[in-house]
Amino acid sequence: MMANPIVHALVYLIGLMTFAGLNAAYLVWCERKGAARIQRRTGPCEVGWAGLLQPLADGLKLMTKQLLVPDGVDAALFRLAPVLAMLPGMVALAVIPFGAHLQALDMELSALFIFAFASLAMLCVLLGGWASGNKFAIISSARAVSQNLAYEIPMLLTLITIALISGSLNLREIALDQQGGLFQWNLFRLEGWHILTMWIAFIIFFICSIAETNRAPFDLAEAESELVAGYMTEYSSMGYGLFMMAEYINIVVGACLTTILFLGGWGCPFDVAPGWWWFGLKMYALIFTIIWVRWTYPRTQIYRLLNLSWKVMIPFSLINLLITAGLVKFL
Amino acid sequence: MDREAIPSPLVQFAKLDTLIDLARANSLWPMTFGLACCAIEMMCTGGSRYDISRFGAEVFRPSPRQSDVMIVAGTVNKKLELAVKTLYDQMPEPKWVIAMGNCAISGGPFKLPCNYNVVEGTDLLFPVDVYIPGCPPRPEALLEGIMTLEEKITGTRRWPRVEAA
Repeated sequence: MMANPIVHALVYLIGLMTFAGLNAAYLVWCERKGAARIQRRTGPCEVGWAGLLQPLADGLKLMTKQLLVPDGVDAALFRLAPVLAMLPGMVALAVIPFGAHLQALDMELSALFIFAFASLAMLCVLLGGWASGNKFAIISSARAVSQNLAYEIPMLLTLITIALISGSLNLREIALDQQGGLFQWNLFRLEGWHILTMWIAFIIFFICSIAETNRAPFDLAEAESELVAGYMTEYSSMGYGLFMMAEYINIVVGACLTTILFLGGWGCPFDVAPGWWWFGLKMYALIFTIIWVRWTYPRTQIYRLLNLSWKVMIPFSLINLLITAGLVKFL
Repeated sequence: MDREAIPSPLVQFAKLDTLIDLARANSLWPMTFGLACCAIEMMCTGGSRYDISRFGAEVFRPSPRQSDVMIVAGTVNKKLELAVKTLYDQMPEPKWVIAMGNCAISGGPFKLPCNYNVVEGTDLLFPVDVYIPGCPPRPEALLEGIMTLEEKITGTRRWPRVEAA
C-alpha cells in the first residue's frame, strides 16, 4: 500500500472519479446499443467506430447547451440539486472493495454507510422536483420518495440477513468471508444450508436495487407518458446531464453491492486467480441484466409498485430473515 | 446547402467551434411531439428498418428543455398554434426546427377555402431550418432532412448526395 495518506487519497479520488465518469458515459452507450439490439436495430454506429464517440458528442453538446433557469423556480436549489445528486454515488464508491487490496477506504459499517447515502439520493430528487416549481416535477418527486421509502425496507432486511451470516457490516469482511469457490458465496452457500433460502434474498435485493435507481420497469418517477420527464422536466443542459450521470453511477453502486453481498465480491467461482477482474465481470453481468430487463418489460403502475414492496417483498424478506436467523442459531 | 448564417461572436474559438458544431450535429435529440400522420412516418424512422439511432438522433426527449430539434410532423391548426409556439419558446438554445410534410410547410391538402382553421406553414410561427416535402414524406426523406440539418450545422455533408438517375 502507498505510504503517504495524501497521495493515497488523491490517487483513489482521481481513479474513482474517472471510473464513475467513464461508466456513466459508456453505460449510456451500452444502453442505447443494447436497446437497439433487443429491438433488432443497429443503434449508434455512424459517430465513431460502432458509435463509440456518441457519448462524447452528447456530453459536449449538453455542456454547450443553454442552461435555462426558468422564471418561478427556486434558483439556488434548482442549481444545487443536480450537483448534490451526483454526491451519494461517488461517496459510496469510496468504500466499495473492488479487490482484496483495491479499496479507497476500509471502514466498519461500510454497508450501512452506503445505505445512508443512498437515502440522500432520494432527497436530491425531491429537492430538484420541488425547486422546479413544476406540477409534473413535484408529482414525480413525490412518487420517487414513496418508492424509495418502500424499497429501502426490504433491501435493509436482506442486508441484515447477510450480516447475520457474515457477522459483519464491513463490506470487505463480507467479501472475505465468501472466498473459496462458488459454494462459499452467500447465494450458493452450502455451509449452514443457506443455499435453501438465499436465492429469495438475492431476488428481493436485485429487484430493490432496480427500483431504488428508478429504472424501468419501476421508472414511475420519469414516466414519459404521464409526467413529461418527471423531476428532470425543467432541467436543460448539464443539469439534466448530471441527473442522468447520477442515475448510472447509482446503477454501478447497486451492482457492486449485489456482487459483494451475494456473489462473493472479487472471488472466483472455481477459486483460481481471484481479483478485481472477477469483480468487474460479475458487476457488468448484473448491469447487463438491468439493461436487459429495462428493454424487455413495460412500466408497471404506481400502486402495483408499492403493493409489490409492502405486501410481497417485506413479508418475504422478514420470513427469510427469521429462517436465516434460525439456521445460524441452530446449525 | 450553405452554412447557418449566425452573426459571428466577438470572441472566437476557431477549432473549438468546429468541434462543438460537430458534437451538436451528431447528437440532435428531437422532441417527442407528433401532430398528425407524418408522426407515424417519424415513428417508423425510429424503428428497425430505417433506424434514426445510427446518427445518434433516437433520443426523443419528452421535455422541450432537453431537446435540440423540433420535428413539426403534421398540420398545425389555429387552436394548436399557441401550444406549438410555446413548445418552441421552451426549448433552450441552440435549437432547430424541421418542418416535415406539406401541412407543416404550407398547410397542405387541408388548406381549402372552407377550412378557416389551418395555419399556412409553421414558418409563420417561428424560423424553420429544413423543409421536408411529401404527403407524408417517407422515412428516408426524414433521414435526409436530418442529414441536411447536420450539413447546415457543420458545413460538411456526412455522405455524398445521391443524384437522381
